Amino acid sequence: MSNHELIWRIAGGSGDGIDSTSQNFAKALMRSGLDVFTHRHYPSRIRGGHTYVEIRAAGHEVQSRGDGYNCLLALGDSFARNPQEEAYYGNEEIKPLSENLDDLREGGLIVYDSGLLSEEDVAELDLEERAAENDWHVFPIDLRSMAKEHGREVMRNTAGVGVTAALLEMDLEHIEDLMEDAMPEKILEPNLTILHEAYDMVTEEYAFEHDLRIPEGNHDEAQALLSGSNAIAYGAIDAGCRFIAGYPMTPWTDVFTIMSQNLPDMGGISEQVEDEIAAAALAVGASHAGVKAMSGSSGGGFALMSEPLGLAEMTETPIVLLESMRAGPSTGMPTKPEQGDLEFTLYTSQGDSARVVFAPGNIEEAYEQTRLAFHVAYEYQIPTIIMYDQKLSGENTNVPVSFLDREPAPSLGSVVTEADLEDMPHDETGKFHRFQHDVDNNVSPRSLPGQKGGRYLATGNEHTPSGHISEDADNRVAQMERRVEKLEDIRAELDEEHDSNQTYVGDELADFGIITWGSSQGAVFEAVERLNDDGHAVKAVSVSDMMPFPEAEMTEFLESVDQAMVVEMNATAQFRGLIQKELGRYGEKLTSLLKYNGNPFEPAEIVEGYELNSDGSDADPSAQVRIEPAAGD
Amino acid sequence: MSAFNAIGEERDIDRNEFTPGIEPQPTWCPGCGDFGVLKALKQALPEVGLTPEEVLTVTGIGCSGKLNSYLDTYGFHTIHGRSLPVARAAKLANDGLEVIAAGGDGDGYGIGGNHFMHTARENHDMTYIVFNNEVFGLTKGQTSPTSPKGHKSKTTPHGNAKSPIRPLSLALTSGATYIARTAAVNPNQAKEIIKEAIEHDGFAHIDFLTQCPTWNKDARQYVPYIDVQESDDYDFDVTNRQEAQEMMFETENQLYEGTVLTGRYFVDERPSYQEQKKELGEMPEEPLAERYFDEDAEWERSYDLLERHK
Repeated sequence: MSNHELIWRIAGGSGDGIDSTSQNFAKALMRSGLDVFTHRHYPSRIRGGHTYVEIRAAGHEVQSRGDGYNCLLALGDSFARNPQEEAYYGNEEIKPLSENLDDLREGGLIVYDSGLLSEEDVAELDLEERAAENDWHVFPIDLRSMAKEHGREVMRNTAGVGVTAALLEMDLEHIEDLMEDAMPEKILEPNLTILHEAYDMVTEEYAFEHDLRIPEGNHDEAQALLSGSNAIAYGAIDAGCRFIAGYPMTPWTDVFTIMSQNLPDMGGISEQVEDEIAAAALAVGASHAGVKAMSGSSGGGFALMSEPLGLAEMTETPIVLLESMRAGPSTGMPTKPEQGDLEFTLYTSQGDSARVVFAPGNIEEAYEQTRLAFHVAYEYQIPTIIMYDQKLSGENTNVPVSFLDREPAPSLGSVVTEADLEDMPHDETGKFHRFQHDVDNNVSPRSLPGQKGGRYLATGNEHTPSGHISEDADNRVAQMERRVEKLEDIRAELDEEHDSNQTYVGDELADFGIITWGSSQGAVFEAVERLNDDGHAVKAVSVSDMMPFPEAEMTEFLESVDQAMVVEMNATAQFRGLIQKELGRYGEKLTSLLKYNGNPFEPAEIVEGYELNSDGSDADPSAQVRIEPAAGD
Repeated sequence: MSAFNAIGEERDIDRNEFTPGIEPQPTWCPGCGDFGVLKALKQALPEVGLTPEEVLTVTGIGCSGKLNSYLDTYGFHTIHGRSLPVARAAKLANDGLEVIAAGGDGDGYGIGGNHFMHTARENHDMTYIVFNNEVFGLTKGQTSPTSPKGHKSKTTPHGNAKSPIRPLSLALTSGATYIARTAAVNPNQAKEIIKEAIEHDGFAHIDFLTQCPTWNKDARQYVPYIDVQESDDYDFDVTNRQEAQEMMFETENQLYEGTVLTGRYFVDERPSYQEQKKELGEMPEEPLAERYFDEDAEWERSYDLLERHK
C-alpha cells in the first residue's frame, strides 16, 4: 500500500461555491482512478462564515477523512461580515486561511486568493515563519482578478482549482468534462478560460519546489460518487418506498430532498408538511393504507415524532424513520456531527419500546441497512429507525456501480389479500382478527382499508384481536408480549439469515479491542490498520444493530479481549452504557474515548487513545477528546 | 384488477351494516351529543352509497375518539390531535377510500390546531367532523378552546380569561372549501350536512355541536336551534366569501349569547389537493396502494439514477 495521498481542502465562505466546486473536483479525482472520501465542515448560515470541504484521494481505499491535510485552497470569505473593532466573531474574511493552518501537514501547499485577502491581514498570521518551520509552500495568487478578467468574481473558485491542479501536475481533462456536464453554456466558456489561464500561469511562472503530486490509481470498474444521504435514499427507493413526509431540518433535509426530487417521477408521493408530528403521522397513515412509507428528521424534529412513533408501535404499523443526528442538546450545533441521540432514539415515546434501530457505519452499510429496515419493518410490522449523523449524511465516497445493480424489493411484507381473508379468523360480527394472540413469529398479518372482509379497528389503546379497546388483563399480557417478543424473532432472523451488520477488522488474536458504532467506523478502522502495521495487536468491531442488540456477537468479541475501548462522538458514553445494559457485565473491561467538539474523529486521535489506554497512562490526550475510565477505576 | 374490491362496490346497503353485530356498549354518558353524530353518520353513509369497507374513519382522543369503536368501518383511533395527518396520508395512499376524520374541539382546535389549519389549506378531499361540546369531557370538564369566556372549571377556578376560538372563521381563512355547523339535537340536518360533506370534493369541515350532559350542565343543549338557510332572518350566499365570513362571525358570537345558529356557511369549488397534486405530476393517477399488488408493475431502481454520480 502506498502512503501517497492527497488531502485537498477548499475553504471559503458559505456562498463561495465550495460545495459545487468540491463535488466536481472529487468526481474528477475519482474518474482519474483514485478512491475518494470527502468531509464537509460548514456553519448554519446562508451567506458567509468559514466553510470547507476536504477531499482525500489515494490509489488505495480511503475510509475516513484522514489526519490533517496537505493542500489548502483558501479563497477567503467574500461574504464576511465587516468586522467592528474587537468584534466577537473576529475577522471572518481571513478565516478560510487562518483557521486552517493548524491542521496542515508538513510539506503542505497553501494557495490563497491575494485578490481578496489583504497583505495586512495575512501579515498578522506569521505565515512566512510558520511556512519555514513546516516546509509549507505558499502561493499567494490573485484569483479574483483572474476571475473578473474573464468572467465573474464568483468564478475565482475555478481559478483556484486551475492553480492547485497545476501545482499537483494533474491533468485537466476530467475537470473540463465535469464542468461541461454541470454548467450551462453561458458560464461554461468563461470558466474554462479561467481554468486554463490559471493552470498555464502557474505552470509557466512558478518554480516547483514541493513534492506533493496527484497520486496514481486505477479502478477495475466504473465508480459512482455517493453520499450517505444518497445511499439511504437509494436504499429506500430500491426497497419500494414511494411515500415520504417531512419537514426541513439539517442534516435530515438531504435525504428528504433526494427523495422529493425522485419520487414523483417514480409514481410516488412526497409531502412537505406543517411539522414533524404530522410528518411521522403521515407515514403511519400511508403505511396503514398499504404503501411503503418513511419519514425522518434530526434530533429536535425527531423529538416531535415520539408520539406517532409510539402509535406505530402500538398499532403495529410498519414505518421507517430516519434520525439524522447533529450536535445537541436542543438546537446545539446544527451543522456539526455528534452521536448523542442514541439513548433518545432507543427509548423515546411512552411505554416499553418495540422498535428496531440500525446505525450504519459507512455508505455501503447505509444502503444495505435501509433496504433491510424496510424488510424488517414491513415483515414484522414494527417501526424501524436508521440513525446516522451529519458526518455520514454529507460525506461522499466512491462505490463500484455494480454495487447498486440490485433487484427492487417492493413487497409489503405481512399483508393479506382479499383471497387470504376468506379463510382467516374473524369475530362473529365480521371483524377481521388483525391482532391475533398466537401467531408465527409473533406477527399477525394485516389487512388494508378497502379490502373486502378485512375491516378492523387500529387503535393506540390496548386492544383485542379485532382491535376493540380493551383493558382485560389476559389480553393485555398476550398483546404486550407478542409486540415486544417480535424483537427476539427479528434478532434470530438477523443472526441466521443475513450477513452480520457488524463489521470486524484487525488482528483476530488481539487482546485489545476497539468498539465503535455508526459513522465513527472509518476513522477507527484506519487507526486499527495503522496500529497493526506498527506492530500492535488490536482488533475492532463497528456495531450497527442498536436494537435488537447483537448479544451473541458482542459477547464473543468481549470475551476474546482483555480490554476494550468504546469510541463514540458524545459526552456521556451512551453506547458503552448500552453494552453494559444489554450484556449486564464487562464494566471493568470497557473504557471510552469520547469526542464532542463538533468535529468527527481523526484516526490519529484513536491511535493516541489506544496508546494512553494500553499504557494505563493518566496523561491527558493531546486532541480535544476525553478518556472515560472503566467502571471501578 | 383491483386489490381493494370494497371500493366502488355497487350493492344495496343496509344502515345496520354500520352497526357492529355485537355492539360494544358505548361509553358515552346518557344524553351525550356524540350519539347524534353516530346516528347521523349511520344514516348518511348508506344514502351516499358507501359500504363499510370502503370507508376509513380516523379519530383522535377523547369521547369523540370512540366514534369508530361503534361505527363499523375500517377505523383508526389515533392519538390526541393527530387524526388529520394520519387521515390525509391514507387518502393520498389510496384515494379510492372515503376518509372521514373526527375528534373533539380540544383535539381539533387545540392540540391539533396546526394540522387543522394546514389540512384545510391544502384542501384534502375528506370530511372532518369536530365534536364541539365546549369542554374537555373525558378528562372531567376542563376548559377547552371553545369554552366561553368566563367559563369556570377545575383548571380555571376564577373563570376563563380567554375568548373562545372561532371554528368556522378559522376553517374559512385556512382554506376549507365546505364549512357547516350542525347540532346533535338536529339529526335530519346533521345527516344532510354529512352527506354533502362526504360528496364534496375537498376539505369539508363540520363543526358539530354535541351537548355534554355531564360537564356542561348549564343547559347547553343547543336548543332551540335555527337553520340559517331556512330562517327568513338570515340571507347570505354560501359561495360568497365575504358574506360567509360575516355570517360565521355572527354565528360564533350568537352561540355564547344563547342563540344556536346552524347550517351551511361556505361552499367553494377550489380543486382538491389530490387533483392539484395529480395535475402537477406529484401524485400518480392510479391509487398508489394498488401498485404493490400489481404483479406486472415495474419498479424503478436507483441504479438508473447513477449517471449523475459518475
